[in-house]
Amino acid sequence: MTAMNRQARRRAWATASFHAGAGALSLLWLVPIALVLVTSVRSFDDIAANGLGSLPHSFTLSGFRQAWVDGGQGRALLNSLLVSIPTVLLSLALASLAAFGLARYDLPFRRTLLLLMLGGNLLPPQILLIPVSKISEALGLYDSLYALIGVQVGFGVGFYVFVLHGFMRSIPPEIQQAAVIDGAGPWQIYRRIIMPLTTPALAALGALSFTWIFNDLLWAITVLRTDTKMPITASLIGLQGQFVSMWNVIAAGSVIAAAPTVVVFLRFQRHFVAGLNLGAVK
Amino acid sequence: MAVLTAARRRRRGATRVPPVVLAFVLVPLLAEAFWVFWPAVQGFYLSLTNWDGVSAPKFVGLGNYREMFGDSVFRTALLDTVLWLLLFGGLSALLGLGAALLLQQERRGVGFYRAALFLPVVFSLTATALVWQAMYQPDGLINNTLEFFGLGRLQHAWLADQDTALYAVIVPALWRQIGYVMVLYLAGLKGIDPVLYEAAKVDGATKWQQFRHITIPQLRSVNAVVLSVIVIDSLRSFDVVWALTRGGPYHSSELLSTYMYSTAFQSLRLGYGSALAVVIFVLAFGVIVSYLVRAFREAD
Repeated sequence: MTAMNRQARRRAWATASFHAGAGALSLLWLVPIALVLVTSVRSFDDIAANGLGSLPHSFTLSGFRQAWVDGGQGRALLNSLLVSIPTVLLSLALASLAAFGLARYDLPFRRTLLLLMLGGNLLPPQILLIPVSKISEALGLYDSLYALIGVQVGFGVGFYVFVLHGFMRSIPPEIQQAAVIDGAGPWQIYRRIIMPLTTPALAALGALSFTWIFNDLLWAITVLRTDTKMPITASLIGLQGQFVSMWNVIAAGSVIAAAPTVVVFLRFQRHFVAGLNLGAVK
Repeated sequence: MAVLTAARRRRRGATRVPPVVLAFVLVPLLAEAFWVFWPAVQGFYLSLTNWDGVSAPKFVGLGNYREMFGDSVFRTALLDTVLWLLLFGGLSALLGLGAALLLQQERRGVGFYRAALFLPVVFSLTATALVWQAMYQPDGLINNTLEFFGLGRLQHAWLADQDTALYAVIVPALWRQIGYVMVLYLAGLKGIDPVLYEAAKVDGATKWQQFRHITIPQLRSVNAVVLSVIVIDSLRSFDVVWALTRGGPYHSSELLSTYMYSTAFQSLRLGYGSALAVVIFVLAFGVIVSYLVRAFREAD
């Protein structure tokens, strides 16, 4: 056997074992997702008769109907979107303005302010839960989606400022100086120059923060009380209590709750992964 | 350095900060102050009181903290939290690094494998918990698989057994976290200069020596990030436990965060709940400070 032949064979072996290993790992990771998808379209009788872990003997979408209508998941999904979308837009708008000020102007104590804001986001939320619920009560916002938007914006904004600051800091100052000479004010500089250049970071943070806010449970059950106002995560827990051991309904509910973030992920995968790295490594 | 600061000072004197820029910074800062800093101060104060949420809080000094010493549930929750940090944190770091090392090579199909490991990251921990609850059922996939391989003896009511509940809750949390840690390490591995490996190969270093003397030291800053992310995430962990067991059975899967929540919002002992939250804060404090110190160095 020639040396070249041996090398080619070794490489083929390496490729095959790589795909075997990585494939097995991926399969292991996808099994729970596949299981839930399959369970969500089985009928209750099928699960009761054959067991949860058996192969499906039926196909029906009634689990989805029950979760959506009787379990209130439709309403809950709407609540989640009504909170997530304004929160993402508002907190990114506010954070990009603050980051612009801190990154592009010699404000006194700018580094201290930046770290103070980041520090607020690093606090464990548990220390804030009780006072936040009392503050929202005092404001008459308790049990309303506005309270949830308020606290999500307040808690998230520090982190977004920090990330966007790092990004805006790396834009060369000459770009801004040219605009200053042309007589542009801060708002115009922000709107016409800095913000367009920050779009990749904004997209990354947008995708990331959408999933965070959409997936939140703790803040929601802290400032909300009424079932019909709860977002999808809390409603899913309610479903678990309401449809005990009706696994087709619970699985369908989980699919409904996971679908929007999976869609965002698949659509913005590149931005999303970039966002995780922006936030952490920077 | 001195020249630099002098230049900066001169520039600050030259460019006055327009008032509108002050507003740009102050409005978000005030939003955060109102929803975060002000409540945080209140939280610390409330930890020194007894409060049922209705009548006025009664100041008791360090009474709540003293009570913790005799509180066996607190001890369980603290121990479980430490265990959670070690197991959930340690395993997600190790397995995340392992997955990143395996999937760093640019081969055909690697994108699919990465996406498969990463997909659970976008799920809520609540949905993740319910997915795994189905897996853990007595007639669920895990017990069926054990049966299939002739390991029927190992079958369990995983979530209902005090001995296994905590570990059964860690698995879904890991399933979701490993992909996240993998992404961080993948970026770190990508940032290592390939010249280093080439030089090592010329010197005749083995794969293991390359890993030991190039990869590990080069990943130092990523390790620091992963460590902070893990500690902070561990102490915040709530959703997955709440959805799966609520800390039960008999507090066997109780974490400080779930104990804090149930003490405050179910037993309505808001003062004691605040004190538990302060303990969580104290545990996170070191990481928060080191994160901020690192951020401070990089802020310019």
